[in-house]
Amino acid sequence: MEKIPLLTPAPHLRSAETTSRVMWTVVLALMPAAAGGVYFFGFHALNIILVTILTCVISEVVCQAFFRRPFRIADGSAVVTGLLLSFVIPPTLPLWMAVLGGFLAIFLVKELFGGLGYNIFNPALAARAILLASFPVEMTRFLPPFQPAVDAVTAATPLAIVKENLAGNLPSLGSLFLGIRPGCLGETSVLLLLVGAAILLARKIITWHIPFTYLLTVALLAAVFRQNVLFHLFSGGLILGAFFMATDYVTSPLSTRGKLIFGVGCGVITMLIRMRGGYPEGVCYAILFMNILVPVIDRATMPTVYGQRPVRKMRSGHEN
Amino acid sequence: MLSGGIHPVSFKQLTRAQPIQNFPLPQKVVIPLSQHTGAPAGPVVKKGDLVALGDLIGQPESFVSSAYHASLAGKITAIEPWYLPSNRRSLAIVIEADGSDRRKQSSLSDWQDLTPSEIVERVKAAGIVGMGGAAFPTHVKLSVPPGRTAEMVILNACECEPFLTCDEQVLREETSQVLEGLQVICRATGVSEAVIAMEGSKGALEALVKACFAEREWPARMRLEILPERYPQGSEKQLIEAVTGRQVPSGKLPIDVGCLVFNVQTSLAVLKAVRENWPVVDRVLTVSGLVDRPVNLRVPVGTLVADILDYLGIKVKAGQKLVMGGPMMGVSIPDQNVPVLKGTSGLLVLGQREGYSEQAPCIRCGRCLEACPMGLVPAEMGRQARTGNWDRCAQLNVNDCIECGCCSYVCPSKLPLVAWFKWAKAELKRRKS
Repeated sequence: MEKIPLLTPAPHLRSAETTSRVMWTVVLALMPAAAGGVYFFGFHALNIILVTILTCVISEVVCQAFFRRPFRIADGSAVVTGLLLSFVIPPTLPLWMAVLGGFLAIFLVKELFGGLGYNIFNPALAARAILLASFPVEMTRFLPPFQPAVDAVTAATPLAIVKENLAGNLPSLGSLFLGIRPGCLGETSVLLLLVGAAILLARKIITWHIPFTYLLTVALLAAVFRQNVLFHLFSGGLILGAFFMATDYVTSPLSTRGKLIFGVGCGVITMLIRMRGGYPEGVCYAILFMNILVPVIDRATMPTVYGQRPVRKMRSGHEN
Repeated sequence: MLSGGIHPVSFKQLTRAQPIQNFPLPQKVVIPLSQHTGAPAGPVVKKGDLVALGDLIGQPESFVSSAYHASLAGKITAIEPWYLPSNRRSLAIVIEADGSDRRKQSSLSDWQDLTPSEIVERVKAAGIVGMGGAAFPTHVKLSVPPGRTAEMVILNACECEPFLTCDEQVLREETSQVLEGLQVICRATGVSEAVIAMEGSKGALEALVKACFAEREWPARMRLEILPERYPQGSEKQLIEAVTGRQVPSGKLPIDVGCLVFNVQTSLAVLKAVRENWPVVDRVLTVSGLVDRPVNLRVPVGTLVADILDYLGIKVKAGQKLVMGGPMMGVSIPDQNVPVLKGTSGLLVLGQREGYSEQAPCIRCGRCLEACPMGLVPAEMGRQARTGNWDRCAQLNVNDCIECGCCSYVCPSKLPLVAWFKWAKAELKRRKS
């Protein structure tokens, strides 16, 4: 009786998509904006990017060893977290703070909750929020682009200028689109972020539901508050947040309907913070707040099970 | 249009439009008495008996059961438990050829003279079960329960599983007989409208079917419905929705929404049973995958997989697997000494690459929700099933899972979702009994 060595449960065909391919594609999609960040803000930006990535990867290895979990560095998720964290901190941040942020993102926000797939909050955004609360000065010290030295004259972000009626020139919409403005390391260039977003959409890593509803809600509310709609779309971390943070699988709703609700919620909170809150920018807290609501949204948007719709009248057949 | 579903690579071109080849009579067949859904049949022969091709060897023991017939002329050499592809064991009748060509008498009759109950009787006597895979006894389907009306008969020619082309080829080679079988089914169930449901554009085959519509005066009206290619459209519930827009309520049968669905080869078997009084003793299946000569093969029911592989010169190498059925729902078998059943539609040699990759944790990407044709939440059910939380699985409607495998197919973390759901369903069933 000849034995067949290989036995696996059905199905015997699987799609080519894997979790690590998804993660590495996100890394690829973030590359244009990363290059832009280094181009705009200089060498220190590159250091920050490399240091946050390295910190996240090392923290993940240490945590997985500590929690006796299988090592899955190759899946790229720690690299994505590190890269995204570097994007949402100012390009002037001292490196040790970036290291602390990377460690908190992986240890506190991700691995302590169970590792990949189990975290409640987006690790990069939660780490940013902790850094902002801990180092309010360093986390809001922004550089105008193309200033080589770290101790150069700082500048306010466009949203801060508007919010706090600061002195300073508002950049043109064109500069905002290209990313030539003070801001966090990877958030400034709408153009380069959209290039990455196009990659994610084309590869079907993300769907339009969250970013589209997010941006639409911001645009509508900007109009309601009688603001310049394009200024609000191009400023702050909105494009980065809408396409790369709010779409994080783990911390966003499962169903399409849930994603639509999530996007709208992010948009509403972002604009409420921008217009009525204490901070000039609200993307980070908006997404973190909506992260909390994900289980509730998931529960409320369960798909309708087949066979639970009422029986319809037979569709009349066409003749052949 | 069905919701969810996937678009796997079809691989059908490997065997598409190839003429059906006949497997030469084997030396031995093993006919399990529980190939169908329902109570096992009881043997009506004993060891040492001589049987002719087509002789009754197993009798249905209740209404939802089926008859079995000798698929080989020879001697009964054993009646013993045998492993089925599903790894269940069933009492089986082993027949060894004695070189004779004894054959049960068949008699021609005009089915139009038969009453519906006579047709159902013949179908039952011929041991016909759904030949698409589920193997539900056909006479049960044909017996419309009182208080229900069948409005539409659907011929399931979707064959949505990749690789498989046996139904398509049977329909191509025996178009008029398959359609006549469908007419017999309409007569038995009092239905005046039949729909031939097919997937994708199959130019020449469509023309063949349409030419048959005009060939003669058919009592029941027939029409062709071409559906977009989508797996699992050939699943009964999904097909009914695609054709009629109706959903079969949870726990109910297609007849509850006025529909009856029959596979191509079932329809052909019905015609042979009613017109010629001839039972199900063979079927056409697709042998494909990593083989040199993929083929559609007509084999006697009970032929051992090992004999088919020998005949076709197929050697299954280390690291490859042997799958009975389609690649999405078929089972990989540990042992080549299992017989072809009435519901076996394919025999595939597949490599490790197609079905295996290292598992990662669920990242909640939601692809499984989009793919589930039943509107379930595989990601959440998987999380519960993994930890043995069967009650929560039941609340999440795991029992509505049709086990099509779409969730596992799309999962980027390569989780064995559908395998967990089968486990959950089995546990829930076990607990109930």
